[in-house]
Amino acid sequence: MAERLLDVKNLRTEFQRDKSWVTAVNEVSFHIDRGEIVGLVGESGCGKSVTSLSVMRLLPPKTSRISEGKVLFHGKDILKDNKKEMKKIRGREISMIFQEPMNSLNPCMRISKQIIEAILLHNDISKGEAHRRAFDVLKSVGIPDPEMTLNSYPHQLSGGMCQRVMIAMAMSCEPELLIADEPTTALDVTIQAQILELMEGIKEKRNTGILMITHDLGVVAEMCSRIIVMYAGRIVEEAPVKELFASPKHPYTQGLIESVPKLGSDVSSLPFIPGSVPDLASMPKGCKFAPRCKYAMDICRQKEPDLTPVYGSGNRRCRCVLHDGDKGDKKEEVKV
Amino acid sequence: MSDKDKTTSVDRFDEAEALPTQKSRRKEFVQKFMKRKTAVISLIFIVLLLLAAIFGSYMAPYDVDQADYNNLLQGPSAQHIWGTDEFGRDIFSRLLVGTRLSLASALSATIAGTVLGIVLGLIAGYYGGWIDSLIMRACDVLFSFPDILLAIAIVAVLGPGITNVIIAVAVFTVPSFARIIRGATITVKESLYVEVARSIGCKNWRILWVHVFPGTVQSVIVNFTMRVGTAILAASSLSFLGFGANVTQPDWGAMLSQGRNYLNTAPHIVLFPGILIFVTVLAFNLLGDGLRDTLDPRMN
Repeated sequence: MAERLLDVKNLRTEFQRDKSWVTAVNEVSFHIDRGEIVGLVGESGCGKSVTSLSVMRLLPPKTSRISEGKVLFHGKDILKDNKKEMKKIRGREISMIFQEPMNSLNPCMRISKQIIEAILLHNDISKGEAHRRAFDVLKSVGIPDPEMTLNSYPHQLSGGMCQRVMIAMAMSCEPELLIADEPTTALDVTIQAQILELMEGIKEKRNTGILMITHDLGVVAEMCSRIIVMYAGRIVEEAPVKELFASPKHPYTQGLIESVPKLGSDVSSLPFIPGSVPDLASMPKGCKFAPRCKYAMDICRQKEPDLTPVYGSGNRRCRCVLHDGDKGDKKEEVKV
Repeated sequence: MSDKDKTTSVDRFDEAEALPTQKSRRKEFVQKFMKRKTAVISLIFIVLLLLAAIFGSYMAPYDVDQADYNNLLQGPSAQHIWGTDEFGRDIFSRLLVGTRLSLASALSATIAGTVLGIVLGLIAGYYGGWIDSLIMRACDVLFSFPDILLAIAIVAVLGPGITNVIIAVAVFTVPSFARIIRGATITVKESLYVEVARSIGCKNWRILWVHVFPGTVQSVIVNFTMRVGTAILAASSLSFLGFGANVTQPDWGAMLSQGRNYLNTAPHIVLFPGILIFVTVLAFNLLGDGLRDTLDPRMN
């Protein structure tokens, strides 16, 4: 079994709104192994980014709090680390890539200074040495002329180049875990493919664990070995990628996959999930997806189901009464 | 392997082509700035003033303290191009030499006020919360006084003298900078690249200094040039009111103050210092204006 890199247990993150706390992420548990790409999907506002920022502890300190749970990195709870220890972990052990590459780089600084800064923060080496390393790392992410790029300002680079630079910066200290928060959303399709290929290469070469946050199912299908689906701040389903696409269990996942347009399919209108994500402050009582679910029953509106192993497959979990592991036999009769 | 090399070389070619042509930012800035004639003229004038401040005492045709009782209150002539004052001293020479005192006090006051204002503004904007309220409310208090009244009050407490005038002018420069920098800081600190800096493990002070501050420099430069004008005016006003430079010293404001006694008989004594102060303040303001237009990417 691969080495367990990150283990998030029962994470609950809350935000302050009008002097009361609303829960943005609740009961989130998942793990990432070394050399594994895990996809975290869900629609906007479902808590994907909040989960990743919670892991990095980068949420605004005054208006948010992690009220429950553990984030074990190499078995050590980093939520208990003090600020100083956390700063050592960021960038060095866990790095992050953000959605908008053009805005991720400081417009007032040359690329060289920014990458060298990242390197010098965590390594006790000379500036010349850091410069050489910056050159190497830019080369390794497929930038054609590293020296020229080093001397450029971000506005002189294209979006794809900026994202490469960002990845180079994130990889400059060879972190063990890379969190990519929608790394390809702002890029056009050909560049997307290049960036995804690059990330896959990094995983192969360095055995880095990658958490790929996205709402693009195509990206996860291509990249990830395991997928976690989130809805309204909760994990609703977790499964290996092939199984998830072959037979999605949770009605929400089914809806998500159905609503992806397929090449060649001759449909005039795309199926979609009616309604929208519930407001954080006024969540429905039972299953959070019940109001939009076509299979919803009375029990769904009363009690929120737990995330339980799916009957008959050891490595899948689902938060739905239809697939509650204990009542595996019931499934067939309800689903008719 | 050779296949792989081939593909990378093709990639390389494409990406190199895709790069936008590099144009030095500085060159672009100079080109844009040169198009603004008033700003260029102002800059030239300010450079001349600075030269006068440095070399004025060597270039002055007459000794600034030398009284000439044969030529009291003389109007402009070939001998004394801007005339003489009540002691027969050459006004042109005194203004030339006085440039140093007037500019130095205004500049040092503005610099001191700017530095303090920037630090306070950065802290208030970045940390927010009670420290922000504390700094900004203190600035509001200072804002509620008219500039010159505040300066007079400070000088009244500290006593007259050029150093105290500098302190007074610096104090009323602080709040405007603190407010501008706070606003800019709040905008910059929300930007993604600051979050990225945090995600690579940067310390707070480093984020402030390396990532946030450069984003605010533009507003600093513009406000600085504008404030220098105000500071010259304020320092001159204080000298005029007798709080600043000693009346015997060649200072623009002090000369204006002395000259007003002879306004009826020899108006040129106040005319030339007055014009000089007016033009200098105007030049700094126009330069600030030009810089703002040049630095603002939205105005082309």
